[in-house]
Amino acid sequence: MSDLRANLGTDLRHELAGLALATPLLTASGCAGTGRELEPFTDLDESGPIGAFVTRTITLDPLPGPDGPRVVETPSGLLHAVGRQNPGLQGFLATELPWLAQRRVRTVVSIAGGTLAEWAELARRLGTSPGVDAVEVDLSAANREAHGRPYGADTYPTGKVLHVVRRDLPRGVPVLAKLVPESPLVDVARAAVDNGADGLVVGHGPTALALDPDTLVPALAAPAALSGPALRGPALRRVYDVRSALPEVPLVGGGGIGSGADALAFLAAGADAVQVGSVLFRDPGALARIAAELAAELARRDLTLTDVVGLAHRQADPPTPTAPGGLA
Amino acid sequence: MTTPGGGLDGFDQRSGLDQRSGLDQRGRADQRVVQVRGEVLSVKRVGAHHLVTLVAPGVAERFRPGGFVTLGLGGPLSGRALPRAFALHRARPTGSYGGTAEIVLTVTEEATRWLAAAPAGTPLDVVGPLGRPFALPKEPVTCVLVGEGADAAPLFALAERLRERGCLVHMVLGADTEAALFGVLEARRATRSVTVATRDGSVGSRGEVAAVLPDLLARTQADVVYAAGSPAVLHGAAVAAEAHGAWSQTLLAPRDVPMPCGTGLCFGCTVPLVGEDGVSRQVRACTEGPVLRGDRVQWERL
Repeated sequence: MSDLRANLGTDLRHELAGLALATPLLTASGCAGTGRELEPFTDLDESGPIGAFVTRTITLDPLPGPDGPRVVETPSGLLHAVGRQNPGLQGFLATELPWLAQRRVRTVVSIAGGTLAEWAELARRLGTSPGVDAVEVDLSAANREAHGRPYGADTYPTGKVLHVVRRDLPRGVPVLAKLVPESPLVDVARAAVDNGADGLVVGHGPTALALDPDTLVPALAAPAALSGPALRGPALRRVYDVRSALPEVPLVGGGGIGSGADALAFLAAGADAVQVGSVLFRDPGALARIAAELAAELARRDLTLTDVVGLAHRQADPPTPTAPGGLA
Repeated sequence: MTTPGGGLDGFDQRSGLDQRSGLDQRGRADQRVVQVRGEVLSVKRVGAHHLVTLVAPGVAERFRPGGFVTLGLGGPLSGRALPRAFALHRARPTGSYGGTAEIVLTVTEEATRWLAAAPAGTPLDVVGPLGRPFALPKEPVTCVLVGEGADAAPLFALAERLRERGCLVHMVLGADTEAALFGVLEARRATRSVTVATRDGSVGSRGEVAAVLPDLLARTQADVVYAAGSPAVLHGAAVAAEAHGAWSQTLLAPRDVPMPCGTGLCFGCTVPLVGEDGVSRQVRACTEGPVLRGDRVQWERL
């Protein structure tokens, strides 16, 4: 297996919340399957373009997902609603995680609980499982103790979740909090960090709706979020704002990244690493392409990764960030 | 249900077990999907359909009947976030243009209209061959292949593989009208018998294609039914096969179960089916299928 990084001519090694990454490219949860599906197209270990593989979101109990259509195309994007179909923690630990560990894939496990007790159990059991390099807390999860409202919509439940997850994981396993856009974003980000989050992930799309053009009823059976290029501008804004407010906190950005230039923009807006998601649906080999393009973009500008992270904030006339606490 | 002729080659007893798919790498380790920049070689009208030949090096070498490709479409569709899946008709590894792959499409909307009108040389991103192909019998048994319209296209390469194994092949082709039939002449050349049914009665028997199956299965004593068509046709074929005591292998059309990515990444193309353990699961049509055991699929939920 050729060492991709040696061929890039630019060093893409990077650090995120204490994790040494081969590249700053992560997969986005729910867009890269179980890892196996990517294998025909991309080297998954550290010789390849992936800094870390982020799993689909795992829940304590298996979820079958809804019947019927789950994905619909929209202008420059898509709506994706799989109802968190997953084999449950036990199934994941028995099959998906060992497969990733065997291939030496740096693995970030995305988790979602519905009660604080579930979050705690997820964290506890992942904490004793080999092959978990980091945990991503999916704050779009519905809080069953609050009528299904997403945890990440408010500061208090976000803090509670992060507190519980951080408490029940070993110190050496970083906890990343994946924020949701429909929230007082910066306040929620602060609540996550104050309660133990080692890093933040900004890349979740807003909830969205498409109607079947014939029947005029919702085209998808489950609540959907927007993915794809349509998300890029709003996501970049959110990354910029979170970096402005919390300049010292490790930050992962994403949303509609399809090229090395897109990845570069997210890094410049303040992301230490980026997540690549739905572009894989159309171009399953995109990660290697994006890594090569990113290396070329850096080389062309004679910049290192460290130079470029947050570069947009160091320009002469920075754009005015939105007021903290406002809906970003 | 009895196992005809010692079972089906490549037949997966665990088909559709999402929870356990991690233990089963069949169809993946040996699959070696390729992602290539291909191009349109030719587009020919065939009745109401279009036969599109693509230059797609590497796809044909790994092609097995029932497999499919995804195409990243260009022109006004190049901004689309998703590719489109198409069942493979045939694939040829050699030729003056390198490996080619053929698909048969019916123009129904923007994407198929663009592809049917694409001039030779139009570039396309091709990923394939994808999916779990038709399982083949180990013994030379009698097979009935039933197809509807252009969905029948993958059955012709299947018929060749079956005949190479000494199987007796009977084919049933149906459509709304005579013009919408696909491959009747070729079927007459390549199979033991051909039965035609059209909904308007313009040729062959009038009515649903699956309706001719009970008689045909009884007459031919078929061991396996292979079906390609709409869910109604597949369901009908599965029911007829079960009643006769035959296996059924049903090929889902991307039109009916859209495969947003085709590679298994998105979990968007799920089909409810009952596993060996009697538990219902959502399995991906693109990785566990698009060929599934007809008796396992919960057709009424599709």
